Amino acid sequence: MQLTVWTYEGPPHVGAMRIAASMRGVHLVLHAPQGDTYADLLFTMIERRASRPPVTYTTFQARDLGSDTAEIFKTACREAVDRFQPDAVLVGASCTAELLQDNPGGLADALGLAIPVVTLELPSYQKKENWGAAETFYRLVRTFAPAPAGRAEPRAPAPVCNILGPTSLGFRHRDDTVEVRRLVESLGITVNVVAPLGAGIADLARLPQAAFNIVLYPEIAGTAADWLMRHHGQPSVTVPPIGVLACGDFVAAVAAAAGLDSESLQELRSRLPWYSRSIDSTYLTGKRVFIFGDATHAIAAARIAADELGFTVCGLGSYSREFAREVRAAAALHGIEALISDDHLAVEDAIVAAQPELVLGTQMERHVAKRLRIPCAVISAPTHVQDFPARYSPQMGAEGANVIFDSWVHPLMMGLEEHLLQMFRDDFEFNDAAEPSHLPQSAMGNAAPKAPSLPLAEEATPPLAPVEASLRWAEEAESELRKIPFLVRGKARRNTEKFAAEQGLVNITVETLYDAKAHFSR
Amino acid sequence: MNAPLFPRSTATVPVTPDPAGTRQPLRQRGQREVFCGLTSIIWLHRKMPDAFFLIVGSRTCAHLMQSAAGVMIFAEPRFATAVIDERDLAGMADLHEELDRVVERLLARRPEIRMLVLVGSCPSEVIKLDLGKAAERLGARHAPAVRMLSYSGSGIETTFTEGEDRFLAALVPQMPAEAQDAPPSLIVAGCLADVVEDQFRRIFEALGIGPVAFLPPRSAGALPSVGPQTRLLLAQPYLAETARALQGRGAQLLAAPFPLGEQGTTAWLLAAADAFGVTRERFAAVTDPGRARARTAVARYRPMLEGKRLFFFPDSQLEPSMARFLHRELGCEIAEIGSPFLHRTHLAPEFALLPDTIPISEGQDVDRQLDRCRAERPDLTVCGMGLANPLEAEGLATKWSIELVFTPVQGFDQAGDLAGLFARPLQRAERLKVGI
Repeated sequence: MQLTVWTYEGPPHVGAMRIAASMRGVHLVLHAPQGDTYADLLFTMIERRASRPPVTYTTFQARDLGSDTAEIFKTACREAVDRFQPDAVLVGASCTAELLQDNPGGLADALGLAIPVVTLELPSYQKKENWGAAETFYRLVRTFAPAPAGRAEPRAPAPVCNILGPTSLGFRHRDDTVEVRRLVESLGITVNVVAPLGAGIADLARLPQAAFNIVLYPEIAGTAADWLMRHHGQPSVTVPPIGVLACGDFVAAVAAAAGLDSESLQELRSRLPWYSRSIDSTYLTGKRVFIFGDATHAIAAARIAADELGFTVCGLGSYSREFAREVRAAAALHGIEALISDDHLAVEDAIVAAQPELVLGTQMERHVAKRLRIPCAVISAPTHVQDFPARYSPQMGAEGANVIFDSWVHPLMMGLEEHLLQMFRDDFEFNDAAEPSHLPQSAMGNAAPKAPSLPLAEEATPPLAPVEASLRWAEEAESELRKIPFLVRGKARRNTEKFAAEQGLVNITVETLYDAKAHFSR
Repeated sequence: MNAPLFPRSTATVPVTPDPAGTRQPLRQRGQREVFCGLTSIIWLHRKMPDAFFLIVGSRTCAHLMQSAAGVMIFAEPRFATAVIDERDLAGMADLHEELDRVVERLLARRPEIRMLVLVGSCPSEVIKLDLGKAAERLGARHAPAVRMLSYSGSGIETTFTEGEDRFLAALVPQMPAEAQDAPPSLIVAGCLADVVEDQFRRIFEALGIGPVAFLPPRSAGALPSVGPQTRLLLAQPYLAETARALQGRGAQLLAAPFPLGEQGTTAWLLAAADAFGVTRERFAAVTDPGRARARTAVARYRPMLEGKRLFFFPDSQLEPSMARFLHRELGCEIAEIGSPFLHRTHLAPEFALLPDTIPISEGQDVDRQLDRCRAERPDLTVCGMGLANPLEAEGLATKWSIELVFTPVQGFDQAGDLAGLFARPLQRAERLKVGI
C-alpha cells in the first residue's frame, strides 16, 4: 500500500482510452464499476473535446456482483458495436473489474462480432497510464500491420516516414505534431501516417509503407516502434526535437534515415538562441533549477536548461521507470544523481533538499512549489486544463523553443526587481513576502501568498532541510541570513551549516555566514 | 404534506395526493454516466478543514480525485489515497498492517489533522477490506488527538452526493446523546455553503427555534448531540442513510420540500416553524421580507426561462427539487427528470408540487437517454461534464449539473442566483456571435 497524495499517471486503462480517443473508428468497451466514467471528463473538459470519447463502460454496481457481471459486459459490448459501428473494438478491464476476473476478451470472442476484437491485458495493480497507452497502441499495430512471414529486410533510406506517438491528452501533442510535420516536410520528406492521433485502422495497415519511423514520445510509441523495426525492418528516429540543440540532432538523424545530405539542410530558425544571448538574460546564469517529468521531457529540459539557457541543473528526475537508465545518464552529465520515483512525497523531499530557484515539473510540482514559494513552470504531463491552451504552443521544433523560452523565464523575478530587492529589503510593496510584481497575484493586492485561512495550517515559511541539532545560530547571524534573497536563502543556510559542521563549529555567527559564502564561492 | 401551505403561491398546478407513490419512474439498466461517492470529498474537505480524507483504493481513485480537484494548487492537500498494490492483493502484505503504516506516515507529516476519515472504494469493497474495524483500531491508538471514521464512497455502492450521505451517517454514532431533560432542538442535515448556513441560523433565531445545529459541523470537534427531542430537517435530498441513522437515535424527521427557491425555502422553514409551535403571524413577519426579495430576484430571470423545456440527466438527486423550482417559479416545462436514486418518502413533498405528467427516470442507460434527449431537443439540458461539451457541439445548450452542488443555492437570498445558473447558458448562447 502506498500513500499517494498525487499520482503522476492514471491507471493503465486510461492509457488505453487515450489511444481509442486518439483514433478514428476504434471503440473501447471497458469493464468498470459505476463512477469510472469520470475519465470521460479528461477528454471533454481538460482537452475540451467536442464529442464523447469512444468508450463504453459496463458500470456495474454492488447489486450486480453476485452473478451476472459477465452478462452485463456482453450486453454492453454487443450494444456498443451495434450503436457505434466501429471498425474495430478494444476490450479491457479497469482495476475493480480485474478483481472480478470476468475475462472480457473471451466474452467478446464468444459474441461472434463481425469486426476485429483486440483484447487488452491491463494489469492495474502493476502498471500505469503510459504503459497502458503503449501496450494498446502496440496491440493495435500488431493486429492491423501484421508481420510478414520470415525475417524483416532492412530498409534502404528513403524520404518517407511515419510519425508515431502523439495522442489525445498528451502534453502539447496537438501542436508538436504540426510543428514536427512542418519541419520534416521542409526537409523534403513525405509523412506517410501519423498515429495514433487522427489515424484509423486502415492507416495502421499502411504503416509498413514508410522507410522509417519518427518516435516523438517513446513512452507511448516505443514498444510499437521496436516491433515495427523487428518485423518490418523500419528503423526509428528517437531524438525528441525539444530544444534548439536537440532539433539539430533530430534533423541530422532524420536526414540520415531518409538518405538526405544533412550538409545541405537549412539551419533551424528559433529566437531562443538570441533571446538567451541578449544581455537581459545574463541574470539567468547559474539559476538553480529542479526538473521532473516524464523521461522525454525531463531529459530534454535538462539539456535546454544547462546548454541553452545557462541554468544550473540541481535536480533531475522522472516517474517513467521504463526510462530510468536514460534519465540517470542525463543526470550524470550535470554531476547529480537522478531521482526515479513515482512517489510525490519523495519528489517533494528532493525539491526541499535541492533548494532550487525554479522548478520545471508537472502539475504536481506546482503544488510543492506553491508550498515552498518557488517559481514553477509545467514541462510535462500530468497537466490540467490550462496546459491545453487555445493558442499554438508546441514544445518541439523552432517554435517550441520560443514557447519554452517564454514560459520558463516568465515565473522568475525580472532582473531589475531582483536587484532592487537585494538592495532595499523593507519596501512596503516590493518585499520578500511579495510575489514578483509582473505576476498576476500581486496585481490583485498582494494578499495571495500567505497561508490559507486554515487555523491549523503551518506558517507559509519555506520548509528548510532540518537544522543540524548540534548547531546554534546566533540571533545576529539569523537576521543577516534574512537579508539574503528569499529564493537563495535556503541554499545559503544549508551551505553555512555544512561549513560550520565541517569546521567543527557549534555557534554560527555573522562571520561564519560570510566565511561559508567565501568558502563555497571558490 | 406541505403542498397546500403556500399562502401566496403564484403557480397553479394540479396537485395529486401521492404522485410519487402511484407514478412509476422509467428504470433502464445500462451505462451510468455518473460520479462515484468519492467525489464528495471535493466539497467535504473544505467544509471541515481539520479533517483529512484517506481513500483506500486504487490508482484510479487517486486519478479521479486529482483530475477533479487538482486544477486547484494545494499547498497542503487534505485528501490522499492509500493505493493498494500487487503485494496487498497477493496476500504478501497484511492489509491492516500496511494501512497502519500509511496512516502513521500521514499523521507524522500532518500533525494538525483532527479527524482522519478512511474512505472505502470499489477495490477495497470487492476485496472486503474492513475499514470500520481499521478505523476502530487506529482510533484507539490515536485518541484523543485524532478522531477516526470510515465510510464507503465506492462507485458500486454510491453515486456522487451519496458519498456525503455515507460520511454524515458515519458521523451519527459519534454524536453525543442529548441530555435527559433536553428541550426540543433542531438538526439541519446536509452540507450547505457557509453563507447559507449563517442565513438559516439567523432566520431560526428570529423565529425562536433552537438550539439549532448543522450537520456536518465546521470542525471535527463540534458534533451536535441527538436524541428523542431532536427534530431533523434535511437540507439536501440525498441523505437517506443519514436520516435513517439519526432517526435510529430518536430524531424526528420533518417532512418538507427542499429549500430551493422562494416556495421551497418557505415550506422548508414552515415545517420547522410548525414543529416548534411558531405562530403564522411570527412566521410571516420573519420570512416575508426574504420571500419578497426572493420573488424579486427570481422574477428578473423569468423572461429568459419561461416556457423553456428542460431535460435533466441523473447526477446528484437534486434534480426533482430543481425541476420543481424551475417549473413553479420560473415557468419552465420539464421534459424529463432523471435522478440516480429516488427516495420516495423524502421526495414526496417535492413530487406533490409537480404535475404527474412529467416523465421521471431513475438510474440510467446513458445512450438511450441521449436518444430521448436528442429527440426532445430541449432548450436546456442539465447534465454532467462528460456529456455537456459533446451536447453543446450538437447545438444543445447545457447546464453542467455539478455546479449546482458547488454553489450556494439554498435559501431566499440565493433563489435569484439559482435561477441565474440556469439562465446563464441561454444568455451566453444569445451573446456569442461566433459559430463552431
